[in-house]
Amino acid sequence: MVNDQMVNGFMKTFRLGGVHPQDNKQFSAHQPITECPLPKQAIIPLVQHIGAPTQPVVAVGAKVKVGELLAKAGGFVSANICSPVSGTVAQIGEWKDAWGAPGQAIVIDVEGDEWLPEIDRTPDLVRSCTLEPKEIIDKIAAAGIVGLGGACFPTHVKLLPPPGKKAEVLIVNGVECEPYLTCDHQLMLEHGEEIIIGIQILKKALGVDRAIIGIENNKKDAIEHMTKLANTALGIEVLPLKLKYPQGGEKQLIDACIGRQVPSGALPIEVGAVVDNVATIYAVYEAVQKNKPLISRVMTVTGKKVQKPGNYSVRFGTPIEEVIALAGGIPADTGKIIGGGPMMGRAMDHVENMPANKRLSGLLFLPEAESIRPEEENCIRCGKCVQACPMGLEPYLLSRLAELEMYDELEKHDIMDCIDCGCCVYTCPANRRLLDSMRPGKAKVGAILRERAAAAK
Amino acid sequence: MKQFIVAPAPHAHGSDSVRKNMLLVILALVPAYAVSVWQFGIGALITAAISILACVGTEWLISRFVLKEKRQTIGDLSAVLTGLLLAFNLPSSIDWWIVLIGAVVAIGVGKMTFGGLGQNPFNPALVGRVFLLISFPAQMTTWPVAKHFDTSYLDAETGATPLYYLKHMLDKNAPMAERLGSVKSITEIEWWDYLSGAMGGSLGEVCALALILGGIILICTKTITWHIPVSIIATVALFAACLGWAGMVPDGMETYQFVGYELLTGGLMLGAFFMATDYVTSPMTAWGKIIFGIGIGVLVMVIRTWGAYPEGMSFAILIMNACVPLLNKIRPTRFGEKKK
Repeated sequence: MVNDQMVNGFMKTFRLGGVHPQDNKQFSAHQPITECPLPKQAIIPLVQHIGAPTQPVVAVGAKVKVGELLAKAGGFVSANICSPVSGTVAQIGEWKDAWGAPGQAIVIDVEGDEWLPEIDRTPDLVRSCTLEPKEIIDKIAAAGIVGLGGACFPTHVKLLPPPGKKAEVLIVNGVECEPYLTCDHQLMLEHGEEIIIGIQILKKALGVDRAIIGIENNKKDAIEHMTKLANTALGIEVLPLKLKYPQGGEKQLIDACIGRQVPSGALPIEVGAVVDNVATIYAVYEAVQKNKPLISRVMTVTGKKVQKPGNYSVRFGTPIEEVIALAGGIPADTGKIIGGGPMMGRAMDHVENMPANKRLSGLLFLPEAESIRPEEENCIRCGKCVQACPMGLEPYLLSRLAELEMYDELEKHDIMDCIDCGCCVYTCPANRRLLDSMRPGKAKVGAILRERAAAAK
Repeated sequence: MKQFIVAPAPHAHGSDSVRKNMLLVILALVPAYAVSVWQFGIGALITAAISILACVGTEWLISRFVLKEKRQTIGDLSAVLTGLLLAFNLPSSIDWWIVLIGAVVAIGVGKMTFGGLGQNPFNPALVGRVFLLISFPAQMTTWPVAKHFDTSYLDAETGATPLYYLKHMLDKNAPMAERLGSVKSITEIEWWDYLSGAMGGSLGEVCALALILGGIILICTKTITWHIPVSIIATVALFAACLGWAGMVPDGMETYQFVGYELLTGGLMLGAFFMATDYVTSPMTAWGKIIFGIGIGVLVMVIRTWGAYPEGMSFAILIMNACVPLLNKIRPTRFGEKKK
């Protein structure tokens, strides 16, 4: 038998830092994607992406169909929101998410499940795409597609490189490096063909003839399946990657796939790369080939004690309590509920009134014992945070500078390059909560930089 | 409405802890300690026991009654490690009360005055050792002769260390007869004895093989990185070879022999793998560690060759400890940084 670790050792990965958390994907891996029933009432937040908030285009009392535009993009970097349900708009107003951040939401009383007629709801594959690049990009923008890997950056913006920059390669993110999450894995297994077509469409939109699908080595069946499919298409290769967190980080994935490092402060296009997640690409396929806007996503609901962990296809606006019920309810000894994975996900203090949305890739239930952070001890200056940092930063120093509010020094030590991956905190033997001070420090330096840029104008 | 625990990400933590790292270093010292007990007998047991107990006791007393800390830190095993390393740096036949003073200085002055673990600029065990070396020069340089499992403690047979002889051979002012005697003493010892620790010296410094084994354990378990030990050993080897080519080795000794003596004696392996790599007092980045190691290598050879002491590892490490804040100005390679 070939030693698995030896094979792993020869695989490509990113060069700096990284950690190896237990992947814990066994709970929900290979669970077929299950449709979550429609809710009685859908809550649709008006901000589900990075960028400007959307502007509602419907009024209270309006009848809407599935796929109809509810709120239009509030700027270039923004994304439309289309109705995930049919029914009557009951309310448009203030709403607080499970993290307490205030915002606006549209509430729809669900009536039946009536779709816009132009949406193709058949499961048939539509292979050919005769649209021009501009038409493709317009369709993606109209469908309100954002990066479903977690950042929620509007996808059409990535497809329009700034003047003077040219994309050379499309990098497809099938890494899913967050422990526990399996939604992208299952999507590749069930909708691999659609993803391949989606890749061809994006290649056309970008005018590139090469695409690389990066998949970590803990998803061997997905690597095999996608390789088989990629072999039937032109200009798509599958690259198995060595298991290491945070390989799904955009900059890390580009480094792993094509050996180029995006410079500090620059976008991937600087090195000729555009990165899109497999779930995003599946949404592109549905929007361009089936006229279906982004109205649902696959979510992983998992945890060591969850009764029916699995991958659920959920319409946006569905209260997460309904998805939780499908998975067998909240386990008795749950101490923490995380929206997303354990490395970068956000803990929610309650589940009531929290709808599924573009941002929510999963729900993870941690037992009480794993919910409390270990007690902090003195920094022993071992330097393990420096070794673990995938951006080559000095977390021990940044954290201290942030505590002392020394923002000039923070800027000089490149706090703005921090990608918030949590490797430093994960690895720290003294259980230091380095990011607790680095996050506000980075936010403050970011604000100072913006002020400075505004003053220079 | 049930409220759940909210805390910032990440929500997972690796299994690493301060205690685990300290325990691994202690375990990596076990082979060398076993050889010391074999070579020096009961003295090695008594000295280490007193040193460890005194270090842990001092930390607890200061933390409890002087600093009035609510949380006691002796459980992290760092004081145990300091105690063990201090004992490794003492002759096994030394008086118990000298060990006690050394331990109190190591923890009291070397560590707790700065605020405890992680705050001290100098390696505490070496602070203790150098304090004793200066305060009790005679006792600290009276070495028991290695003698398989000796049951005598204070009245052990004593002799000099190989480096003492080496220094003596190079001392042009010493009487000819003594210099010849030294050459005889040093050449009588076989290579195997140098590797296995059958020579005079501090309790834990003698068995190079066991220390290298411990060092490899530390590197393989990722407790330490290779940078410091490798750069120290390479620098010392290169420096000694240069001295050899310059004809500065004792008469009747080949260059390769001289390099071997420099590497295998005088606690070089103990210092390179266990003392210089102390987390708190060594640099944070790879390049910082390499320069730190080179500095130690150069200093130890300068002290051994031209200094007043035959051995210089403790001083070399302490001097480089003082340079650590400066070395921490060296940045790691940032992601996306242009390679020159």
